[in-house]
Amino acid sequence: MAKTFARKFEPARRKFLKQSAAIGGGLSVGFTLPGALAQKPGAVEINAWVVIRPDDAIIIRYARSEMGQGSMTSAPMLVAEELECDWRRVKIEYASANANVKRKRAWGDMAAVGSRTIRNSQEYLRKAGATAREMLIAAAAQQWGVPASECSASNSFITHGAGGRRLSFGKVADAAAKLEPPNDVKLKDPKDWKLIGKSVKRIDIPDTVLGRQRYGIDVQLPGMLYAAIAQCPVFGGKLKSMDASKVEGRRGIVKVVPFETFVAVVADNWWRAKEALRDVHVEWDAGANGNVSSASLMEFYQGGLDTQTDVATARKDGDFDQAFASAAKKIEAEYYTPYLAHACLEPMGCTAIVKDGKVDVWTSTQNAEASLANAAAVAGVPLENVEVHRVQLGGGFGRRGGAQDFVRQGVAIAKAMEGTPVKMLWTREEDTQHDFYRPASLIRLKAGLDPQGGPVAWYSRVSATSIIATLPRLPLKDGVDPQAVASLNDLPHAIPNVRIEYAQRNTHVPVGFWRTVGHSQNPFVRESFMDELASAAGKDPFEYRRALLAKSPKDLGILEATAKAAGWGQPLPAGVFRGIAQTEAYGSYTSAVAELSVDKNGEVNIRRLVLGIDPGYAVNPDNIQAQMQGSSVFMLTAMFWGEITIKEGRAEQSNFHDYRMMRLREMPHVEVVLAPSGGFWGGVGEPGQASIAPAVCNAIFAATGKRVRSLPLKNHGLTLA
Amino acid sequence: MIELTVNGRKHSVDVEPEMPLLWVLRDVLDVKGPKFGCGIAQCGACTVHLNGEPVRSCSVPVSAAASQRVLTIEGLAQRGQLHPVQKAWIDHEVPQCGYCQSGQIMAAVALLAKNRDPSDPDIDAAMTNICRCGTYARIRTAIHAAAKTLKSTKA
Repeated sequence: MAKTFARKFEPARRKFLKQSAAIGGGLSVGFTLPGALAQKPGAVEINAWVVIRPDDAIIIRYARSEMGQGSMTSAPMLVAEELECDWRRVKIEYASANANVKRKRAWGDMAAVGSRTIRNSQEYLRKAGATAREMLIAAAAQQWGVPASECSASNSFITHGAGGRRLSFGKVADAAAKLEPPNDVKLKDPKDWKLIGKSVKRIDIPDTVLGRQRYGIDVQLPGMLYAAIAQCPVFGGKLKSMDASKVEGRRGIVKVVPFETFVAVVADNWWRAKEALRDVHVEWDAGANGNVSSASLMEFYQGGLDTQTDVATARKDGDFDQAFASAAKKIEAEYYTPYLAHACLEPMGCTAIVKDGKVDVWTSTQNAEASLANAAAVAGVPLENVEVHRVQLGGGFGRRGGAQDFVRQGVAIAKAMEGTPVKMLWTREEDTQHDFYRPASLIRLKAGLDPQGGPVAWYSRVSATSIIATLPRLPLKDGVDPQAVASLNDLPHAIPNVRIEYAQRNTHVPVGFWRTVGHSQNPFVRESFMDELASAAGKDPFEYRRALLAKSPKDLGILEATAKAAGWGQPLPAGVFRGIAQTEAYGSYTSAVAELSVDKNGEVNIRRLVLGIDPGYAVNPDNIQAQMQGSSVFMLTAMFWGEITIKEGRAEQSNFHDYRMMRLREMPHVEVVLAPSGGFWGGVGEPGQASIAPAVCNAIFAATGKRVRSLPLKNHGLTLA
Repeated sequence: MIELTVNGRKHSVDVEPEMPLLWVLRDVLDVKGPKFGCGIAQCGACTVHLNGEPVRSCSVPVSAAASQRVLTIEGLAQRGQLHPVQKAWIDHEVPQCGYCQSGQIMAAVALLAKNRDPSDPDIDAAMTNICRCGTYARIRTAIHAAAKTLKSTKA
């Protein structure tokens, strides 16, 4: 069935490719079908990742998703590095999720989550490139009747001896594909890398700039209908009754379909569906949670801090209680971080057709395999009967990974309209009010200092909903959700007595992975509290951390590099103050220094934000710069304004007028200190956010003497100038 | 029937006069460059030009565009030549996910049409579109670069 589709859309696609090539210089990704480039005549698959055409075009497959993090360019760079191909002739296309099912996961994990595309796939991607290269060399050597050891590959050519004969990859691809792949390939020494570490232009940008990038929302199929939905405003509530008589016979309205938890209007365009939905009378059964409020939730979390039972220990070094009791100085504090919505600019949506026991899905997804599995389950068909067509994502930030609620809805609607493709799209209001929010978290901290001010005891208890237990519904190891205690359980500082506890407090408010997850909130808590300790000890906050990180060279290295670039300790103009923070996240080491002033109206003027990152190897440096710049906008938005509050069991905010986004005029000057120390592969999509909030809040403390212990800053009368 | 000219092509559409221009473009005319983000003129992802003026097409009824000229991102490149703003966007690798960028580019083009050499405060005032990925720093750099290009080609 996927083939039938392929034929139907071929003409439009060809035209699109041709136009892009004319204007965009051949860098075309766009709205292609899975495997379309590799299906062209003569294209030869060397292995799952590498396809070579007789005209020497190199097609490198990409399995995860592209949502702006740049991995669609940097992951294929790893293949190309070892393949020794001409990067200018490389075309990148998505691997098919359906083929991944049929070929026993030849492309492995397809999820673009947890900043792990590079760090978790780097080895098999480089090996795939190296294996293909060795096969191409072997095929050329056979043709020449010489030993493969006398041949080498470079820039898409195989050469025999110095200045000798040469053959292009395209000429030997056919023969190479028939050879046994070598079992053991040697990967290049990093010092010999030609592509990794160079700033390579992102492959998807020209299409975006031409308005030709295709997102889930842009899918257009012949005979397609459109659906708008309304979900029970109270999370977990159900449909009680529905009266659609007012919209029956209205222009363009095809069907109103009740489901267990939502109502869908199907129409001949989306606007008509959305407008009609307002006139469908719906009664909801809110269930048991219709009275839940932010205040009642806070009480519940507070109970998690105070309880003597039902608490898990995430880390225990030495004896905290004894060390704290005998400490020269004791510091205690409580910190709070709120629920946050993802607010991907492209609202959730899913287009699907269910026909003849098969399902085709087009959706902006961070996890095509999960989309496929959810579609199969809802349609009641085997996995092999589903294809998830890959598109660019209009933002992901974790929303489009694990939950897949939008796929289940889209396929359910398509099933109710069997044989007809239906594009379901959420309004912004649905998107804001039916998110899987970044969990709210209440944290109690205690520390004991020795007479010199050094910490001898550190305690944290986190009271928060577990994402792991409530979204993927996996059992917690020893009762601890690692995201809930992130950056606390792995505290790298030299403190002899540490106890970290987790009180799991699950509520009816759905929570999920939000860009940087636990590291989006706990570093604010940890590094602000560390500042409190430095302040209590009368020590410089940079020097205080430095002393505690002497045995954590990577944390220390990025702290020092960032402080140096920021000119820590250098004089500042009157009224300007600095704050510093440091944390590891997703395998990368980060630090931040904020330089700011606060005026009497509470306007925070950030003059300079210096962000350091050591990702080990920096695959595409300019893209890392972009991710760091973007992280500062994402985190500043969250820390100044971000807050979902709950009233009568539902989210109070609904759109950008009350869930505020940062604008260009508020963008501070950001400097990135990219300090790759080599030897490891860290993430880059998420770590950049981790150190920002504490650095800014510590600078606010330096400027005002006020310690901020809860976010967002708007609740403290502070705003971004 | 409502007549409108989109990217130089005349169309007549049989829709309700209050249907937003955005949805006429996207669902009736298959012009997918302008994006839907909020529906309340907050985010600007739907920005197009109406007679040269940037408008948030999610909040403009199609009747208000009747017999007028609509320009979308698809109509910006002329005869295979990128608009200097598009070129600057590519040179400076502005987009991340890219979803807001057709709106950002249309807003920037409108700014430069009126103001050949915008200062930073001019850019602050004109560029109010939301970018969730946070490409603001590069948007600013690219606008200055495009202004330079425009200046040199007009001189």
